[in-house]
Amino acid sequence: MKQLNYDAVVIGGGAAGMAAAIELDARGHSVLILEREDTLGGILMQCIHNGFGLIEFNEELTGPEFAQRFEAQAREKNIETSLNTTVLELREENGFKAVYCVSPAEGMMRIEARAVVLAMGCRERNRGNIRIPGTRPAGVYTAGLAQRLVNIEGYIPGKDVVIIGSGDIGLIMARRMTWSGCKVHAVIEILPYPSGLTRNIVQCLNDFNIPLYLSHLVTDIYGKDRVEGIEVTPIESGALMREKAFKIPCDTVLLSVGLVPENELSRNAGIEIQPTTNGPWVDSALMTTMPGVFACGNVLHVHDLVDYVVEEARRAGANAAAWLSGYRPAREIRLKTGANIRYVMPMRLNPERENRVYMRSLVVKNDARLEVRLDGAVVKSRKLAHVQPSEMLSLTIGPTDVAAAGRDSVIEIALV
Amino acid sequence: MEQFDVAIIGAGVCGANIARKLSQYELDVALLEREIDVSLGTSKANSGIVHGGFHDHISTLKARLELQGALMFDRLHEELDFPFERCGILVAALHEDEMHAIEQLYLQGVDNGVIGIEMCSRERMLELEPKLNPDVVGGLYAPSGGILEPYRFVFSLVESAKKNGVRVKTEFEVSVAEREGDYWRIRSTSGQEIRARYVVNSAGLHADSISAAFGAERFEIAPRKGEYYLLDRMTKSKPSRVIFPVPTEVSKGILVIPTVEGTVLIGPTASPAQGKEDFATTRDQLEHILHSARMMVPSISESDVITSFAGLRASYGSDFYIKLSDKAPAFVQVAGIQSPGLTASPAIGDYVKDLLKKAGLRLVEKSEWDPYVHKVPRARDADPYALDGLVAKDPAYGDIVCRCERVSEAEIVAAIRAGHTTLDGIKYYTRAQMGRCQGGFCTYKIIRILMRETGMSFDEVTKRGGDSTVLRGSL
Repeated sequence: MKQLNYDAVVIGGGAAGMAAAIELDARGHSVLILEREDTLGGILMQCIHNGFGLIEFNEELTGPEFAQRFEAQAREKNIETSLNTTVLELREENGFKAVYCVSPAEGMMRIEARAVVLAMGCRERNRGNIRIPGTRPAGVYTAGLAQRLVNIEGYIPGKDVVIIGSGDIGLIMARRMTWSGCKVHAVIEILPYPSGLTRNIVQCLNDFNIPLYLSHLVTDIYGKDRVEGIEVTPIESGALMREKAFKIPCDTVLLSVGLVPENELSRNAGIEIQPTTNGPWVDSALMTTMPGVFACGNVLHVHDLVDYVVEEARRAGANAAAWLSGYRPAREIRLKTGANIRYVMPMRLNPERENRVYMRSLVVKNDARLEVRLDGAVVKSRKLAHVQPSEMLSLTIGPTDVAAAGRDSVIEIALV
Repeated sequence: MEQFDVAIIGAGVCGANIARKLSQYELDVALLEREIDVSLGTSKANSGIVHGGFHDHISTLKARLELQGALMFDRLHEELDFPFERCGILVAALHEDEMHAIEQLYLQGVDNGVIGIEMCSRERMLELEPKLNPDVVGGLYAPSGGILEPYRFVFSLVESAKKNGVRVKTEFEVSVAEREGDYWRIRSTSGQEIRARYVVNSAGLHADSISAAFGAERFEIAPRKGEYYLLDRMTKSKPSRVIFPVPTEVSKGILVIPTVEGTVLIGPTASPAQGKEDFATTRDQLEHILHSARMMVPSISESDVITSFAGLRASYGSDFYIKLSDKAPAFVQVAGIQSPGLTASPAIGDYVKDLLKKAGLRLVEKSEWDPYVHKVPRARDADPYALDGLVAKDPAYGDIVCRCERVSEAEIVAAIRAGHTTLDGIKYYTRAQMGRCQGGFCTYKIIRILMRETGMSFDEVTKRGGDSTVLRGSL
């Protein structure tokens, strides 16, 4: 078994992993990216539509173009990458992090590092996760698998399509399938509002006259060998209106019903996972409960824009570099959710620095105000014309905002 | 026309055991299966349990075959390389009233000669299974009960039978049979024909129509549905033993099963099916599963659910129906095999062999019979050094295709080379697509490997044969 040593190992070579590795390298640390696919770029590589990079590069790029910019930087810096490499286990051994991974070319490798950045991304929730009853025919796919099949493999999974869930990948695939000559009959969303970004509702559904059924539940998938249709039941005041159920014939069902950070590796390593995000608990440096192990991107919490992913990943990389150089925060302040906030990320603040905080709303609201309260007193607030759970919110909290903080102070973020 | 000494109709767990048993003798045997692969009927969707031998009284045929079959699994496991473990079975009583039923089961188990069966106090139950509902009042423990992967068991039996000369014909759906001298002439729906001197009807759900096609006894198989939920291997609710509730008149109840491959299965329900193709799960029954399973293990959570599925029991009468037909010559009925059919199946193989002998089939043992199948190493079972060794011999072991169940490309290739050329066949052989992402990440990779290994075009790739095509066009 091959043994290797690096200052830091980055697990995952998507946008987050590349951005974190570039930061570590820039600060003089040896770093290795481990990527299970045969290219860097992760899921961006199948996202051939544009809309990426408006914040990061101030222009609209496709997914592969966005990934390519980071890959070029990584190549220019000669950052080492091991492709086709699956990480099987992360362990603490003799005060080091030991990463066990395997590839066809190298066999098993044990890589010893002082720091690890987790950047494994997320997976799609599937039919079983949301427990749609019915038969189990061919023709039921997650939207991301369909995207892979169409955009990279070059196959069309089916011609008459219904999309369950209004997540962004589902919306993008509604347009993609229509462009490929398929008929998208409907998008069915259980919630009273869409789960995806507003711009995708407009550009992917409205522009193609694809009906969006809000507050509707798919109550059956039928068909023997291949999907023949679905049954949809309206929800009124929280109750299923069984007598109003109707059927939509189709040969393909795509699911876009949410994403889940892929933390089995972290969990098996003993890292504490937060139930609200399904990502690791992290402190102000984005460090998990396993000292020296950092997390960023969709493995930490599901982002809606890759631009936010790389911003966060750069911070994780820089923080990991600082940690390797011996920096430890003198103290941290606890950050918690107040009214109408689903989660805040991270869960601790460093009062000596500017802290970027991401959060998600629990509600759809116009003319809202985001309030930062230090021990109950509002120290910062921001007006927001419109908030909804699908659009991530962010703000920064710096030393001046928390100057009055004492030893046991708590900061709460609320949406009023 | 091909001629056989014995034709076995139906390659489920019974047909497969019978075929392997007969492969020990100097016989030409055909195993006929209507589906594209073996084990795609009742044998793929059941609880996967080697029962404890206390649910039925020894006066019944099914209890005798269950007791005999249960003892055969250790040797079969050694020879056939399918996942199996004697983890033990608990029956938990949640009220004092239920303890009477527990006592009945215990006495029946003692009568049946079950080894190691014991009555347990609340304290002993919670010690044996700390995840049990703390309201448990007591129960029963059968340490010899076990768990296995039913489809892997069938795949291995069939592989072993093939290795020893049995001809397996998939997509051979028997439609017509007629007597021709000492032979049965059997035609399939697609017009293939074979002749066989003896016929075994182990057609599961369709045993009634097969019996009719041979002019044998008229009876009706009534399909009874069992729905299940499969839970993620990361669940906090995985017990270390199979947990049964106190049984009812109609079924053994909703079980909590730690599967031998590390996931958790909860179910089955028991309700009449709307026909023999009714494999639909239903909202109400799935709710019932969660509710009932939580009575046993309260920590079970919806968020651990990976998938749901339904299987059909081929139910007929209260006992197994295994006998020589009184109406059709040289025709053996193996029908009505519901629980504990999987446990009993190896004994059914022996029993049917004896019935055939009684009917005049000459049995001469082969000198060169080989009981072992080729063992395919599994990446998930290998420690780092062992996996390193596997990759050194075959680099495809280093390509982990299915991340959730840790399945390498080498194992996918092995499945395809063993004849499992559908997505479901590959799933049951390797577990790829069976984990928490349910194929979201690996399906396209498996399609690629399948096309490369078989030369199939994209529109020939199916989930499980027939019209279950996976791709409907290319760009």
